[in-house]
Amino acid sequence: MTAGLQESAPGSVAARRLPPISELLMASMACVIAGGIYLAAHLPQRAPLGLAAGLLAAGAALLVAAAVLVSLLRPFAWRIFFRVAGWALVAYAVIAGLLEFTFVYDHTRGSLLVVLTLSLLVFALDIPLLLGFSVARYQDPDSG
Amino acid sequence: MTDMTSAAPGAVMAPAEPAPPPVQVVPLLGLPFVAVALAGLVAAVGTNALWGLDFFHVVAGGLWTAIDLFVGFIVGPIIGRLPIPARAAFSSRFMPKMVLLMPTLVICTLVAGWQLARHEGNILVSSPHHGWVVASMVVVGVMAVIALGVLEPANLGVLFELKKPQPDGALIERLMRRFIYTAGITGIMQVATLVIMTRLAT
Repeated sequence: MTAGLQESAPGSVAARRLPPISELLMASMACVIAGGIYLAAHLPQRAPLGLAAGLLAAGAALLVAAAVLVSLLRPFAWRIFFRVAGWALVAYAVIAGLLEFTFVYDHTRGSLLVVLTLSLLVFALDIPLLLGFSVARYQDPDSG
Repeated sequence: MTDMTSAAPGAVMAPAEPAPPPVQVVPLLGLPFVAVALAGLVAAVGTNALWGLDFFHVVAGGLWTAIDLFVGFIVGPIIGRLPIPARAAFSSRFMPKMVLLMPTLVICTLVAGWQLARHEGNILVSSPHHGWVVASMVVVGVMAVIALGVLEPANLGVLFELKKPQPDGALIERLMRRFIYTAGITGIMQVATLVIMTRLAT
């Protein structure tokens, strides 16, 4: 190994086993994206909202489960987590805002808009949580 | 520039390691370009300008596809064969640009593409192209989960590791491998996108 780079030692933060938070968040993303595609695939007819609402509920439940698991992590580099998650939240709020603007501009209204908006909300929270966790998990807890 | 340290007579003089470059995770100079692109996208949507929508969809989509293919099949395998310090040096310059570029290209492609499909009627169930549009949404959905769930976290993980005074080489290698594999997978999915989009345009 070259100077400046070191091998991860057993017991280091890089080697520590953590709950499947990334997997839960990816499953949450997959649920809301699948719900969005299902709704979009039925246009201009109004798709039955049952399946999309079910996928949204599953996505939200997975997001909450992941958030609870993250909150229980000790020790954890919280400062870095909030820094990364905060900036990612700003970025994905802009992206979700653009998509919401498109839906509203296209005259999407009523319960369909509610399901799409909540799906966007889950999506826009999944990614900051995922990015914050993915970075902070490899950081020294003392540093953050 | 090589900094030689003093050594015992007869000892081989080894060049000192160059200091690692400072890593800026988000290149701030790129933010105005992102803002201009997004403002242009909103203007194209808000004015229903077909040329503008076409421009954003074709340009951003073309770049997204080309970059995914280039990184997945050309750059990725080259990086995979480089020694870790070389990978680290490359990544510290390459990855920050990807952090800004790719999400911007993706959102421009998707928003403009959706509006185009709506204006041209391809999104309608009655359209003969409807199946292809839904297929493209499925491909994009799978790519989004892979890119946002695996590729982007690996990208950021490498950048933050490189900011440490003593980066963990094994961790960088593991995350880079993950980045390269997922870039290859999204590259393959982009081939499907090319098939669908050329079919739609024919």
